[in-house]
Amino acid sequence: MPIAEKAPVLERITPPPTPRANTKRSVASTINRRTHPMWFLAPAFAILLVFFFLPTLFNFIYAFTDWSGFKSSINPTGLDNFTQLASDGTLFRAIRITLVYAVLVALFQNLFGFALAVLLERDNRVNRIARIFFLIPVLMSALAVGYIFQALLKPEGSLNGLIGVVLGRTFDYAWLGDTTWTIVVVALIHSWKWMGLSMLIYLAGLKTIPEDILEAARIDGASRWRTFWGIKSPLLAPAVTFNVATALLGSMNGFDIVQATTGGGPARTTEILNIFIYRTFGQGLFAQATAMSLVLFLLVALLAFPVIRTLRKREEIL
Amino acid sequence: MTAAAPRNARRPHATGASDARIWTRLQPFVATALVLGLIGIPLWLVVATAGKSQGEALNPDLSLPDNWQLFENLRQVWVDGEVPAAFLGSLLVVVPTVAGVLTFGSMAAWILARRATRLNAVLYALGISGIVLPPAVVTVVLLLRQLGLAGSAVGMIGVYMGIYMSTVIFFVTGFVRTIPTSLEEAAQIDGAGPFTVFRRVVLPMLRPVLATATILICLYVWNDVFYAFFVIGGRIDTLPLNLFRVASAGLYLNNWHLIFAYVVLMSLPLVIVLAVAQRKIISGITSGAVK
Repeated sequence: MPIAEKAPVLERITPPPTPRANTKRSVASTINRRTHPMWFLAPAFAILLVFFFLPTLFNFIYAFTDWSGFKSSINPTGLDNFTQLASDGTLFRAIRITLVYAVLVALFQNLFGFALAVLLERDNRVNRIARIFFLIPVLMSALAVGYIFQALLKPEGSLNGLIGVVLGRTFDYAWLGDTTWTIVVVALIHSWKWMGLSMLIYLAGLKTIPEDILEAARIDGASRWRTFWGIKSPLLAPAVTFNVATALLGSMNGFDIVQATTGGGPARTTEILNIFIYRTFGQGLFAQATAMSLVLFLLVALLAFPVIRTLRKREEIL
Repeated sequence: MTAAAPRNARRPHATGASDARIWTRLQPFVATALVLGLIGIPLWLVVATAGKSQGEALNPDLSLPDNWQLFENLRQVWVDGEVPAAFLGSLLVVVPTVAGVLTFGSMAAWILARRATRLNAVLYALGISGIVLPPAVVTVVLLLRQLGLAGSAVGMIGVYMGIYMSTVIFFVTGFVRTIPTSLEEAAQIDGAGPFTVFRRVVLPMLRPVLATATILICLYVWNDVFYAFFVIGGRIDTLPLNLFRVASAGLYLNNWHLIFAYVVLMSLPLVIVLAVAQRKIISGITSGAVK
């Protein structure tokens, strides 16, 4: 992401157009309407307009109507959808669950990814093969990952079997049936799927640390531990920014893993916004689904900018 | 640092060095154990269950199947899960999406990176907003109906392109800004028009960043079910949609051997691609993220 910030510096390097630039040769070589025509923007922005901005704009309109699958007319209803969603507690519960899920995923995914990167930092054969294995879940369909863990975490499933062997007695905890802790379990599964990607990005971050800084620290007699916390981890700040931002925003927009493991249950305690949207849409309650979709949009928009700004600021201080 | 140095100077050489040696010796075993425990067990569960009979797979566990019938299960899923149709459906959506989003995205990114006008700064901000903002999944269905594209491959491709255009614009604009303009200028002096310059000079230089974007977008689109649920419903088969159907249909309830046989079939192409091109994929994913 710092790419964008570097840009102005680079542009300053190219010589500014001098008055003499009006000679024929120089006109051809400067960047202008003829060499870089604006119509090159047209296809990309046409697609964005039709398939991204227009639906988003519709969100702000149809969230305030009674659009549904049961009748053909669509009438404005003001804030009815929102007051209804708020009055039965669905709105705030869904927001709370989504935020808890996103924070847990961001935490676990970065913890695991970072630990793996540190563990597998050295370039040898074992580590290279291990890295590839941790990438397999990243490539797999999230739906498939969900089904694997649904089977693994059944009360009579393999994980409880293994725990039972260790404890020496039968263990039959319903990992996906606990109204308090299942959200944590699902967040762990989500982190399991994506930790390989975080690992790769932390590994790339570790590689960017110049060898001479580490050498200087070694000569100064800094211990490995001190080198790690004093030098390596602050220099990883850009990787942290990228990983935390993508994990947070990605999981707020999550769906597949929750759908495949719990489907929002037990007792709707893992019903993140997209699960709610999918379920209400399936019931033909289009306006309510739209209202929740608008809530998700506003939630992400409100959170994204402060989160990215704080992380960036931390980067600058360090 | 200088104050701490004398105090720490002796200890790291005495204990720190031997600690490091123990760790070097131990690390391969820790890494192997983690791979086996964290990745091996779930993957083994998939393969073992996919090789079992229905009765044996009723309660999936890590035991070996009594007799392997992996190929029978794969064949049954191949037919019942309509894998060939789903595979074609997935290809039909993924290939045009990736081709379109890369072509149009890098065309736009080139201009946005080179012409630093105030209008372009605004357009760039709008263009990358989709990286963060979630797409409006419900109203896009309404829009597609109005356009007559509901449930069609074209509609699905358009929606995916709208969602991932921002990623391409973001990555490619950042990359173009790091390339000097001299090559483009040389081509312009030789009389090449903008389209030729873009196709012959700019596009070849973008290869590394386009590789990164291709990997990421292929992954997202190939595995997506959420947007596909809304846009194409049941009208086109894609691999993840059919997996969902296989897994949630009453007919298949508790047929874990078939669900996991499907998972094997569906993941195999990606795992083979990873095994063959791992170096490229790893460098591709990382080069875009941390600069």
